[in-house]
Amino acid sequence: MSQVPKELKYSEEHEWVRVEGNRAVIGITDFAQSELGDIVFVELPSAGAEVKAGETFGTVESVKTVSDLYAPVSGKVVEVNGDLGDAPEKVNEDPYGAGWMIVVEMSDSKELDQLMDANGYSAHVSAS
Amino acid sequence: MTSVPLIFERSRRGRRAADLPACDVPEVAVEEVLPEEYRRKDPPRLPEVSEPDLIRHYTALSRRNHGVDIGFYPLGSCTMKYNPKRNERAARLPGFAHIHPYQPPETVPGALELMAALQEGLAAVTGMDAVSLQPAAGAQGEWTGLMMIRAYHRARGERRTTVIIPDSAHGTNPASAAMAGFRVVTVPSDDRGGVDLAALEKVLGEDTAALMMTNPNTLGLFEEQIAAIAERVHMSGALLYYDGANANAILGKTRPGDMGFDAVHLNLHKTFSTPHGGGGPGAGPVGVKSFLEPFLPSPVVRREGGRVILDDDRPQSIGKVHTFYGNFGVLVRAYAYLRAMGADGLQQVAEDAVLNANYLMRRLAPHFDVPYDRICKHEFVLSGARQRRAGVRTLDVAKRLLDFGFHPPTVYFPLIVEEALMIEPTETESLETLDAFAEAMIRIVEEAEAEPETVRSAPHTTPVSRLDETRAARSPVLRWIPGEAAEDPDDEEAPAAANRGGTE
Repeated sequence: MSQVPKELKYSEEHEWVRVEGNRAVIGITDFAQSELGDIVFVELPSAGAEVKAGETFGTVESVKTVSDLYAPVSGKVVEVNGDLGDAPEKVNEDPYGAGWMIVVEMSDSKELDQLMDANGYSAHVSAS
Repeated sequence: MTSVPLIFERSRRGRRAADLPACDVPEVAVEEVLPEEYRRKDPPRLPEVSEPDLIRHYTALSRRNHGVDIGFYPLGSCTMKYNPKRNERAARLPGFAHIHPYQPPETVPGALELMAALQEGLAAVTGMDAVSLQPAAGAQGEWTGLMMIRAYHRARGERRTTVIIPDSAHGTNPASAAMAGFRVVTVPSDDRGGVDLAALEKVLGEDTAALMMTNPNTLGLFEEQIAAIAERVHMSGALLYYDGANANAILGKTRPGDMGFDAVHLNLHKTFSTPHGGGGPGAGPVGVKSFLEPFLPSPVVRREGGRVILDDDRPQSIGKVHTFYGNFGVLVRAYAYLRAMGADGLQQVAEDAVLNANYLMRRLAPHFDVPYDRICKHEFVLSGARQRRAGVRTLDVAKRLLDFGFHPPTVYFPLIVEEALMIEPTETESLETLDAFAEAMIRIVEEAEAEPETVRSAPHTTPVSRLDETRAARSPVLRWIPGEAAEDPDDEEAPAAANRGGTE
């Protein structure tokens, strides 16, 4: 079974969020990377870009398919994982660690309440 | 199996395959016509080979290919039907093959007549009022249609910024909408595989420019509620765009225009039997209802006083979308096909395509999961979920099919079906071919149970075995560099990231 760390929040679109104060570190879940298969390209916004909850902030391309990435929260992108340009496989190898994608400075931390906790996400995955 | 050297590696200095005659016009020194910065310092590293070397090299490569002239090619949504050779004869007639796009139009009335007649034929097939033959492919047809829809709304003083697309859509639909400057909104499918009408009503609004649909959709299913959908879309002031990639299923039976669509493209390289699969050229003509006609790409090919003219005086046109007038050779082939088939023939195309698909679906249904168990149109979608649980994935099944001499179906699409296999047999295949394919598929399913490793490590009989698709995508080597060994797989310096843009 895929890993679902307890301390993270999750979106229905299979993104995870790690809250650090007002900052949200965002990536895709272990389940998502395993469904996608070998990831070969990740397209991310530049630092400074604004993202809106529920809207796309980038794409992830695997051997099988190309998928949109959806922002779980709104705010300004303050950091981008540039390593994924040369090493997209990090998303497969370590989705919750070295495979992180962006850090967003949240404009409305109440949006976090819309996300699922680990139990909720596990149930979401088994239902889909 | 031996690997084939590159044509560059066969090169020997001084070898020639051509013997050019002496120049019979005055020579002009390159210095006189090209400024210094445009002149190359070293001669190009072109391969130097003899004619036998050349012919053997490319013949050897061609024998490793699979195409519709070699075998069955059930690639879903691609309509890999047989391309009749008479189309080729027509396209090679000197009056078509040897004309130049800069010739004055009055010197090529035959070519213009063919374009006008093809436009009329495609308008009749789609139920549209006017057609442009310029777009070079389906995706460009989509983009052209959306640009016209955008111009139409603007001309009415309306600002409509979103395009609604079902979750089963071809990937080109959202891409074309984004390229045309729209925001894409996805609408889910209902449990019969059609558009969820209630969900559609929720997203339709004053900002909706268009709904893009394929009918039958990518599940091979006819959209049963199309009349109600068209009514809702038009009530909101938006337009309806028809992606004609699956038009093979409806030829002569129904027409996008009759279903309520306002704009449509056709893929001549699919439905009208012109060759494709090698990267083109294709053709994606766009048809529109009369109220969109002023926005057609210019020049418009139209009849005036007994002749066909190229009309550039189109103040509301979205402009040219292709150099000259489109991929003319493809248009000749499609016209030859249209006339050879006639109205009755086209109807039979749709009937046989649908019959073949349903026959194959019923033969395979006991062995795979069938996500939407309805009568299908020209293609159908199976799920390899059952096989996946046994440890064999759809990708493995596809690779194993190569050992039986079949091109695999489309896999992992549409996205809403787990481990999808999307199969389109087309009307040009015989019962024997369909049976042979079904038997190969059933045998692979049995192998997946009894000897899964045979399937997982396939293919076994092809010139090369399972390719490392991940490395090919992550570190593509796209250029031969003189003096460099062709292979050094672990070379981190391979121009991977830098060349990536060149692959798209």
